[in-house]
Amino acid sequence: MSDNTADPRLIGARVAPKRSLRFSWSDPLFRSIVWQIVIVGVVVSIAWYLIHNTNENLTARRIATGFGFLDRVAGIPIGESMIDYNPAEHSYGRALLIGVLNTLKVAVIGVVLATILGTLIGIGRLSKNWLVAQLTAFYVETIRDIPLLLQLLFWYTVLQGLPTARQAWDRNVNGSVFLSNRGIKVPLLVWEPVHGWALLAFTAGLFGTWLWSRRSRRIQAETGARPATWPVALGLLIVPPVVVWLALGAPFQIDYPALRGFNFQGGGTVSPEYFALLLGLVIYTAGYIAEIVRSGIQAVPNGQWEAARALGLRHGAILRQVVLPQALRVVIPPMTSQYLNLTKNSSLAVAIGYQDIVSIANTTLNQTGQAIEGIAVIMAVYLTISLSISLFMNWYNAHIALVER
Amino acid sequence: MIRYVTSGAMALIAGMLLGSGFVQPASAQGTGSATLDATRTRGQLLCGTSGQVPGFSLPDSQGVMRGLDADTCRAVTAAALGDVAKVKFVPTTTQNRFTALQSGEVDMLSRSTTWTLGREGNLGLMFAWVNYYDGTGFLVKKSSGVTAAKQMDGATICVQPGTSTELAINDFYRQNNMKFTPILIQDLSELQSAFLSGRCDAYSTDASALATFRFSQGPKAADLVLLPDIISKEPLGVMVRKGDDKWFDVVRWTFIAMVTAEEKGVTSSNVDSFMTSTDPDIRRLLGIEGDLGKALGLDPKWAYNVIKQVGNFGEMWDRNITPMGVPRGINNLWTKGGLQYAPPMR
Repeated sequence: MSDNTADPRLIGARVAPKRSLRFSWSDPLFRSIVWQIVIVGVVVSIAWYLIHNTNENLTARRIATGFGFLDRVAGIPIGESMIDYNPAEHSYGRALLIGVLNTLKVAVIGVVLATILGTLIGIGRLSKNWLVAQLTAFYVETIRDIPLLLQLLFWYTVLQGLPTARQAWDRNVNGSVFLSNRGIKVPLLVWEPVHGWALLAFTAGLFGTWLWSRRSRRIQAETGARPATWPVALGLLIVPPVVVWLALGAPFQIDYPALRGFNFQGGGTVSPEYFALLLGLVIYTAGYIAEIVRSGIQAVPNGQWEAARALGLRHGAILRQVVLPQALRVVIPPMTSQYLNLTKNSSLAVAIGYQDIVSIANTTLNQTGQAIEGIAVIMAVYLTISLSISLFMNWYNAHIALVER
Repeated sequence: MIRYVTSGAMALIAGMLLGSGFVQPASAQGTGSATLDATRTRGQLLCGTSGQVPGFSLPDSQGVMRGLDADTCRAVTAAALGDVAKVKFVPTTTQNRFTALQSGEVDMLSRSTTWTLGREGNLGLMFAWVNYYDGTGFLVKKSSGVTAAKQMDGATICVQPGTSTELAINDFYRQNNMKFTPILIQDLSELQSAFLSGRCDAYSTDASALATFRFSQGPKAADLVLLPDIISKEPLGVMVRKGDDKWFDVVRWTFIAMVTAEEKGVTSSNVDSFMTSTDPDIRRLLGIEGDLGKALGLDPKWAYNVIKQVGNFGEMWDRNITPMGVPRGINNLWTKGGLQYAPPMR
């Protein structure tokens, strides 16, 4: 806009004459104000009625209320926790936090794995290979038709059929990975602060690589020649962490699981409850994601395939560089619902004993009697997680849409 | 299952949100007990039970609910409505039992529930009487070689969530500086199958339930060992809502009447012969003289109905618990070294 062009809205003569509000039903402005007051009034009075009534009833039932219980010592045992937890000293609040983390642990990994598996199966359904196409079609139809709860119970029962800890299946080189009905036991690096620093150096290297590849892209846009990325990336990703690790004494100690007493001690564990839940959710959701991916690919006009083939691209390259990027735009919105579904379905964990937020909040509300507060916590947690997923996916969707030309 | 778990809580919340005094039916005249009036209007007493624990409440092959908890429901039904057939058993889980009672889904809860201060103080509920003095025990496999609870450091233990067992084990391990991994599964049969498959080293709950579970395993019972350690006090009681004291009295005194009947040797088969008794205690109990029934808002024959249709406490025990191979122990009458002591009915 140049300086001498005035905004037409600012020219007084063109502004519609301001009408005064008439207190008459025939005035649309008046009508809309009245309606808005009525609607807000109804909503507020319903909310007031519900809150007031709840308080009255709680008082009448002599049920204690409030969130004070969050600070009380929990005393409920938790089998699986990512953060330190001791029922004798930690509070209900911390127990619920562990529940949230456990829910996130299964939801985040589940979403990633379900996306990978679902995409592969969705592509498989369009395969020219008859066997692959039929097998994936069979997978999708079967998995989608069986209730998730049954699938979870099935996987949990299967995992319980594994040998007991004392006769664990030793599938490994020198007896360090064990498979039993107590879960999968793997050796674990003994974590020292040094490793944290090395990880930090690695992250810095990752950032450097990203900057470098941006620079390469710019040079490519300007000159047409792309400077090699991989030697720099390799150097940035490997050298700094190794140097940091060596400089700080190079500690390296592996904690091997060993059978002592009742169970394996040491090492890391993937519990059967977690594994069954993850397996069930991934396999179930992948069935739906496969269909979304298939429809997304089929939504890309055939002409795109033909044009790419005419350029001499191979099938794989066409899929990766021409079709999938365009399919992505169709796929993202329905994919968001699947991610939300997976997250919410993780609440079925109660059935197989994985302690997610629902399980821990249920136990909490049972031990403290704070049913309304407990359910409110569960709702708030799912609402927060779901809104975060939605926001991220909407942002990503907008980001992808910008690429469209 | 998830629906099952949260339905009670949801019902409670819906009730709290929408109902005004939702558990109190509008009945101005009557017995003075809203719950008693409601059961009479309905012609049915809704009793929350487990429906899964042999010896306490489990349907038999004819679909008839059997067990100590079930018979406790029947006794109160006989007292309140005069006919045991008017009882309706509502299955509840360990997690939805309190909300089911709070929200008015059931009139009373007879579900092997431990009497604790926290539950009475926080839940708006109260315990009418103890129908079984129990304690937390451990069931292990014989092949594990464990003979005492203190050998179980590092063990994985199967427990139902939301129970006092959960807290008792926690305290026990804390006192003894030991560690354990809990496996918490809501559904009892899923939990038991996890124990049998070896997912857990031990299955822990009230010793009574462990004994009856072991018994229900038939020939395989010999592979399971009930450890001698009892690590907590678990008085299992019958619960009602606070705020209806008349109903509380009915439930409490029905139970006391059954204990009194046992003390006096009155049983379901010989109760009629006591109608001519000269013992004033028995005459008052059976409603021949005095007006104890009126004081409770019940028929004068209320206790007679209970004894005639359900029996005394000893009969209830022999019918349900004795076949499971559990000795009477501290659940005997006080005159025989037990804890059941009936306050005077006068």
